[in-house]
Amino acid sequence: MTILDVQGLGISFGGVVAVDDVSFTVAPGEVFSIIGPNGAGKTTLFNLVTGIYHADRGRVRLAGADVTGVAPHLLAGRGLVRTFQNLQIFFRMSALENVMVGNHLAERTSLLSDLFGFPSVARQNRATRRRALDLLERVGLARYADVAAGGLPYGVLKRLEIARALAANPKVLLLDEPAAGCNAVETEAIDALIGEITRAGIAVVLIEHDMKLVMRISDRVLVLAQGRRLAEGQPRTVRNDPSVIAAYLGEHGAREADRAYG
Amino acid sequence: MMLAAAFTSRRGTLLLLVAVMLLVPLVAPSSFYLRVAALVWIFALAALGLTIVMGYAGQVSLGHAGFLGIGAYAVAIGPRHLALDPLLSLALGALLCGLVAYLVGKPILKLKGYYLAIATLGFGLIVALVLASESAVTGGPDGMPVARLSLFGWRVTGALTWYWVTAGALLLGALLALNVEASPTGRALRALHDSEIAAAGAGVDVASKKLAAFVIGAVYAGIAGALLALMNGLITPETAGFMHSIELVAMVIIGGLGSVTGAVVGAAFLVVLPQALTSLQEYEQAVLGLLIMVFMIFLPSGIVPTLRRLVLERAS
Repeated sequence: MTILDVQGLGISFGGVVAVDDVSFTVAPGEVFSIIGPNGAGKTTLFNLVTGIYHADRGRVRLAGADVTGVAPHLLAGRGLVRTFQNLQIFFRMSALENVMVGNHLAERTSLLSDLFGFPSVARQNRATRRRALDLLERVGLARYADVAAGGLPYGVLKRLEIARALAANPKVLLLDEPAAGCNAVETEAIDALIGEITRAGIAVVLIEHDMKLVMRISDRVLVLAQGRRLAEGQPRTVRNDPSVIAAYLGEHGAREADRAYG
Repeated sequence: MMLAAAFTSRRGTLLLLVAVMLLVPLVAPSSFYLRVAALVWIFALAALGLTIVMGYAGQVSLGHAGFLGIGAYAVAIGPRHLALDPLLSLALGALLCGLVAYLVGKPILKLKGYYLAIATLGFGLIVALVLASESAVTGGPDGMPVARLSLFGWRVTGALTWYWVTAGALLLGALLALNVEASPTGRALRALHDSEIAAAGAGVDVASKKLAAFVIGAVYAGIAGALLALMNGLITPETAGFMHSIELVAMVIIGGLGSVTGAVVGAAFLVVLPQALTSLQEYEQAVLGLLIMVFMIFLPSGIVPTLRRLVLERAS
């Protein structure tokens, strides 16, 4: 069964092909990782899938429906939710409010009821608040609930973004370097969290540079280099693929490695 | 403790506002002071509209006095040329402001930062220009008289009456602004203020939320403009002028961006201070400008947020 189906996706910026004919599928409850050297087009691929960039070529299907070119806020409503490589946090809001925003799509009030403060708004606020607190607890940040997000450390904000993404009830969760800049303990926590998320049946698409984490938790790995698919398969297979080693270490490095293992 | 509540809770903010409104008539030595206070309430109402646009949603508007002008001329033109009741004219003017904001906001709210600032500036200039040049309807640069407001046969006149009418309007405006702030809409607006991309990622329809904030802000300014015209009994195109737009922005920023209390304090600052400085005669503008600079240097996050931080630090 496939929840996310990407076929032949491509985009060029001013004549430079950033992503070229990339295809992959992801199943519910699976961890699908995308790795590759810097500039390989990983985040660009995320931006294409989540509708931030418009693809020049290719199709994205979500739960069987074609969602190519659908606006990001509508994709969120269909269950495609992401986090960001460079934190996108609502810094002036509290940690709790950040997660509450994630529940926006489930909120059933109108502009008029919000203006006039109908009782339905207070009810909705209570429900959203409860849900956000639950999620903060799940990612281990309940004690920061009322702290302004702008004052929280980097590793905490990484998990806060995941909590906010979970609040939107994703079917597919795209995590862009969730462990970047995190210490060993924080990385451990994110590792455990991803496990929990997939056990709930959510598909996780992961961009990550921490190879130990990738090799441990991924079901399948896609390797990108210069915008193209270099290899795809189980972590073990990909790790031993000569072309992958060459891409990471360069031709010279690969020869050196060959000689070393020779 | 009570002071802390006034800064943090919705009810506290409203109670503080009511207390000040009740106190002013008791201590005001003459009706002149009541008129100045009524002006504060009117400009605070307009500034509150801008608080929703700039403070919540983070969208700058340098043409907000344009809506002040539309609201003001609606209550001048309606009774004079269309034989409409002043109160009905006020309502239609507010509606017109919302409609104009919708039509203007839809294309220009796609712009960001400086570019949005210049586009809104252009809008304000156009409104002021039209009001000054359509002499047959608006009386041109000299302006036009405004018919007196009467509510159910009762003529609204006198400084104290206007004081209470404007205070009531501001109180209602503050209540609605506070309602929005703590609602799903308010959270969406404050979220897109900090990161549009993340707000959209959470399912917030960024374009339509910005437009909603702009429309609400315009209706606030329109009602404030109508009250200003009805109270003064005379209106000129200057109401919609660039200086007024800048003043509104200054009120919101000096008081504290995004704070309801801040909008009222900022309005009080910029309405009362020029009156207090008139004895300085030719130095008035210079001293006013200097004071604004000093306030921004020492209270860069605005008067109310700075006070709030001090009070909360002391309380804890």
